[in-house]
Amino acid sequence: MGKIKKKKVLVTGAGGALAQRVINKLKLRREYEIIGVGFKESTYFDDTITNYRIDFSKRGFEMIFREHKLDAVIHLGRILLYEDTAIRRYNVNVTGTKKIFDLSLKYGVKHVIVLSTFYVYGAHPYNPSLIDEMFPLKASNNSSNLADAVELEYLSSLYMLKYPELQTTILRPCNILGPGVQNSVSALLDRKYVPCLLGFSPIMQFIHVDDLAEAIALTYEMPSPGVYNVVTEDWLPYQKAIIMAGGFPTPIPPFPPSLARQVVRLMNIKEFPDYLLNYYKYPVVLDGSLFKKTFPFNPKYSFSDIFDYYKKQKNLRVF
Amino acid sequence: MIKTGLTTIANAVGRSLSIAKTTEQRMREELVRSTDLMRIVLKKLVVSEEVEELVHRMPKKLGDHGYDPWGYHPDTAEIGLAILKKIYDYYFRVEAYGLENIPKNGSAFVISNHSGQLPIDGTLIGTAMATNPHGPRAPRVMIERFFPTVPFVYSFLTQVGAIIGDPINCIKMLENGEIIIVFPEGVRGSGKPYRLRYQLQYMGTGFVRIAVQTKSPIVPVGVVGCEETMPSLGSIDPLARLLAIPYVPVAPPVPLPAKVIINFGEPMYIDGDIDDENEMISKVEQVKVEINKLIQKGKEQRGVRYF
Repeated sequence: MGKIKKKKVLVTGAGGALAQRVINKLKLRREYEIIGVGFKESTYFDDTITNYRIDFSKRGFEMIFREHKLDAVIHLGRILLYEDTAIRRYNVNVTGTKKIFDLSLKYGVKHVIVLSTFYVYGAHPYNPSLIDEMFPLKASNNSSNLADAVELEYLSSLYMLKYPELQTTILRPCNILGPGVQNSVSALLDRKYVPCLLGFSPIMQFIHVDDLAEAIALTYEMPSPGVYNVVTEDWLPYQKAIIMAGGFPTPIPPFPPSLARQVVRLMNIKEFPDYLLNYYKYPVVLDGSLFKKTFPFNPKYSFSDIFDYYKKQKNLRVF
Repeated sequence: MIKTGLTTIANAVGRSLSIAKTTEQRMREELVRSTDLMRIVLKKLVVSEEVEELVHRMPKKLGDHGYDPWGYHPDTAEIGLAILKKIYDYYFRVEAYGLENIPKNGSAFVISNHSGQLPIDGTLIGTAMATNPHGPRAPRVMIERFFPTVPFVYSFLTQVGAIIGDPINCIKMLENGEIIIVFPEGVRGSGKPYRLRYQLQYMGTGFVRIAVQTKSPIVPVGVVGCEETMPSLGSIDPLARLLAIPYVPVAPPVPLPAKVIINFGEPMYIDGDIDDENEMISKVEQVKVEINKLIQKGKEQRGVRYF
């Protein structure tokens, strides 16, 4: 019996909520052989999915490329903004991504998808609304803590331009929310009393992790190299979002900025670091029209669906 | 004995935890409700049914929760419009002519002369457009770039339709079918002394280029009366530099109640090569000629009574 050769795809960051959803979506299509890699925790999927727990910087990582003859890499593995020191984040996120690109070149991978973030545009008082993909990336102006996110972008763009055979797609999603998501906004909205700056309520965009997983699956199935903003067609001010998620917006004095930073440092909330303060002060609103034009993407979850989850979670907890 | 005792203690702990949980939840919900209190009270106090109906009639693309990408929100716009309508009707006793020239939907540029030190003319043109009996429009205005750093104020301004003056904002708004009020003279117009009243200052070509690019009509507007709201002798430039603001006028501390007359001209459909500087300059001149005609018309309508 002739066995149809399935396409092989490597998904990094397999321990995360997003990667798990991407893997499950691709699995349901039954056309691909999926290999997961994570370095934080090992997750069990099922017997059809090969899952490794390994650091990108380790030599053994190359063995995965050697053994599996991969067709595509979906690179979602990242140390999130507030999770570790800037140096370690840089090492894993930037150097690790470079290694993935080099290995992809060496072993003839045909399609690479890199997940970036809207943070790269930087929160600035002069920001216009509906920023498109050609807007300069100004995040490093805010703080060197965001340098790894910007460098990851530039590095990916370099590989995209220099090696067209890699067919690189870079996705810049807005705030990702949903069950299991561990980024800073999700952790903030999960709190009962959410810090915000007094008198500032920037417009924000949110996307459900499941919708983003669908967007990633679409980019994988219809390779179209380039950089894309991935957003939903809805907007909400930060304080309103907190209220919809069932929390109480707890104001912090915004002036002078140094005082605000001191207060935030004293509060010592891990997911509300001082270098992200500007993102809760000035809007970063993305234009997702290019992605919508290129891919048949229709988000399924409305803001009410997204925030209801956080509201329910909150009311389940005693403290 | 011990078993019953332990069960009682466990039950008591469980019950008190559940009471603590419900109390906390209810307290939080009340706190959340209190954040909206001011808006509800203001709405009850100032917003009439007429204003509500006007805002409701404005053609507007909004997200599911009533916000657009620039932060406009109809509930706050109602409050803003209700307050401005009172000032419009009773303080400046505005007379607006040519309201039928404002496009009922689709993108458009409203280009006007700028005067009176404070952006009173902008708010009055906006109010005239929002209360237009031929079809109200939600006006968008471009404001100074320092505003986003001011708490509360910028939040409120964006919710009533203002946004920082940036070409990207302008183009994207027009592509989205918005109507934008622009003063191409900028601070050259608003900050000029009273002796230069009703003389159009230099206008850049940016607005004509964007109008051609986005195929938006230009509605010329002539405002008469705002010069008299704050007649200035000149600007104290050293103080302005010290405060990092464009000008500090030697003028009355509050706007005087001068009668204001606004004339909307017929929409101008401009076409041309946006890279040809000379052509664009001539198009700007065409617009200036139209605005000048409207200013002269307004001055005749006003007669000799300034207040």
